[in-house]
Amino acid sequence: MKQFLMGNQILAQAAKDAGAKIMFGYPITPSTEILETWAKFCLKDKSLSILQTEDEMAAGFGVIGACLAGIPAFTATGGPGNILMQDAIVMAEALRVPMVTMIMQRGGMSTSTVIYSQEEVRLTCFGGNSEGFRIVYSTSNLQELYDYTLKAFQVAWKYRWPTFVLADGYQGKMMGEVKVGEKNIKMENVKPILTKGVNFRNCYNLEEEIGEIITNHSDEYQKVRQEIEEYEDYQTKDAKIILLAHGIVGAATKMAVDELRKKGLSVGLFRPITLRPFPAQAAKEIMSKAEKIIVIESAIGQLSELFKAELFGLNNTLIEVNKPALGFTPEEIVKTIQSYG
Amino acid sequence: MDNPRFPNCYKVDSKPHKFCAGCGHPIVLKMLGQVIDEMGIADKVVFMVDIGCSLLAWDYFDLPTTQTHHGRTVPTAIGFKMADPGKIVIAYMGDGGAYAIGLQHTLTACLRNNPLTTIVVNNTLYGMTGGQLAPTTVDNEITTTTPGGKTEFTTLKGPELLRPIANSQAYLARGSTDKPLVLKQYLKKALETQIKNNYAFVEALSFCPTNWKTDAQKTIERLQDLEKIFKVGEF
Repeated sequence: MKQFLMGNQILAQAAKDAGAKIMFGYPITPSTEILETWAKFCLKDKSLSILQTEDEMAAGFGVIGACLAGIPAFTATGGPGNILMQDAIVMAEALRVPMVTMIMQRGGMSTSTVIYSQEEVRLTCFGGNSEGFRIVYSTSNLQELYDYTLKAFQVAWKYRWPTFVLADGYQGKMMGEVKVGEKNIKMENVKPILTKGVNFRNCYNLEEEIGEIITNHSDEYQKVRQEIEEYEDYQTKDAKIILLAHGIVGAATKMAVDELRKKGLSVGLFRPITLRPFPAQAAKEIMSKAEKIIVIESAIGQLSELFKAELFGLNNTLIEVNKPALGFTPEEIVKTIQSYG
Repeated sequence: MDNPRFPNCYKVDSKPHKFCAGCGHPIVLKMLGQVIDEMGIADKVVFMVDIGCSLLAWDYFDLPTTQTHHGRTVPTAIGFKMADPGKIVIAYMGDGGAYAIGLQHTLTACLRNNPLTTIVVNNTLYGMTGGQLAPTTVDNEITTTTPGGKTEFTTLKGPELLRPIANSQAYLARGSTDKPLVLKQYLKKALETQIKNNYAFVEALSFCPTNWKTDAQKTIERLQDLEKIFKVGEF
């Protein structure tokens, strides 16, 4: 069924369609409509509930509590709220709690602008005293907001890592048509986690104890990462220049690729959809043949840092096009790439 | 010789417990264990412990138990309770967790009348980190961060603070580890209150000979002095 909705409404609708039962949240632009939409759902559907919390820490730990009881729950935030949320997220990493968090990126640093940036990539992927045992989907359009939210719940409960839908205020506030309710994705493995006989700790006496747990987590994360990794590659087959972009910048870059191809440039796009785990194997295979790799992002090096960390040793020329907290139009990407072409 | 008579809900193989000699926590936990036994609710109780000395209770009971983060036990407990309202959820924490780093959660849970039992063990300082100033530190008390004695501001009193915002059906009390059987009655009422779907809060005034640097007699005397400042009773 097609509906005309705002991005943030789509996220709430997708959470409901995924089977989530409780939202915990603290209002923050540009994510607030997710909480408001969920509040309306709760009026009509008594199997759903909501708690507007006193802060983002309470929202995050509320989600953890609900998940420990075996009920899919989620929260949404952005910017400074994302910072506070990290308190809960590292506990979810440690105890393998399938919490789902929607991050609508605002500008960085500090309180900053309220609608757009890609400045929360590093924070969302690695924002804790941890090793980034997280799954982060970066969406590029309204349909992906819906589809990857459905997937986020499914994947969170299947693998039991905290899972994110990473978007921004442009996507959240944009309105458009989406197909909803057509996919029948069911969450598996949804059951109470904190049950009789379970005594969870996250505070340890010995370095050896926690060292072993981190190593085990890492081994388990590495074991499943390729099942989780997702990307879009577009016109990359014989491309001499491959553009690397994620999220809504990825969408603008895709349009730019079409334009550049018309102008005779041999250009393609590699768009990681999972920023964690980064689709390293695919990126390596697709990008190693290109002469140049050009990273385009609304931040300074947050995406290219992920790429470089995973693909050490590539010999391609790497160019970074950074516009911190500013959006890209396809036209300016065309112009920029022509200047490097 | 017979085994010591532990409450049935104790996890026996985690004993002896991990608290310091002379600590008040085991008294509070023993009273709680007895109440859980007597009420026959062990299959419904979920126990959550804060960071600070309370974290040492992570395997104290044979009950579903989790440690949380410092100050975040109350919201975690609320989340669990919302997801599974048939459970009886206990948030167990110290005065630092309840009144400093997690005060917003303590206040808001009371304001919203979340059905939940919060137990706060108050020894007037931060025990686990070695005896620093807490909101409950009393006038002229020497802590490691107030080596000249605390003088600058007043002392926070939990149940008194919560009373004006509490629902009329909520339960607020302060017991003391030198009157365990009275404390036990308060804990029982606090669990019954949650079962009736209302907010319950019990502070247990407690001693900390390790950080107070007191011998047995001085420890008791100091607790009795504290009872003159922190009124024991129901609020």
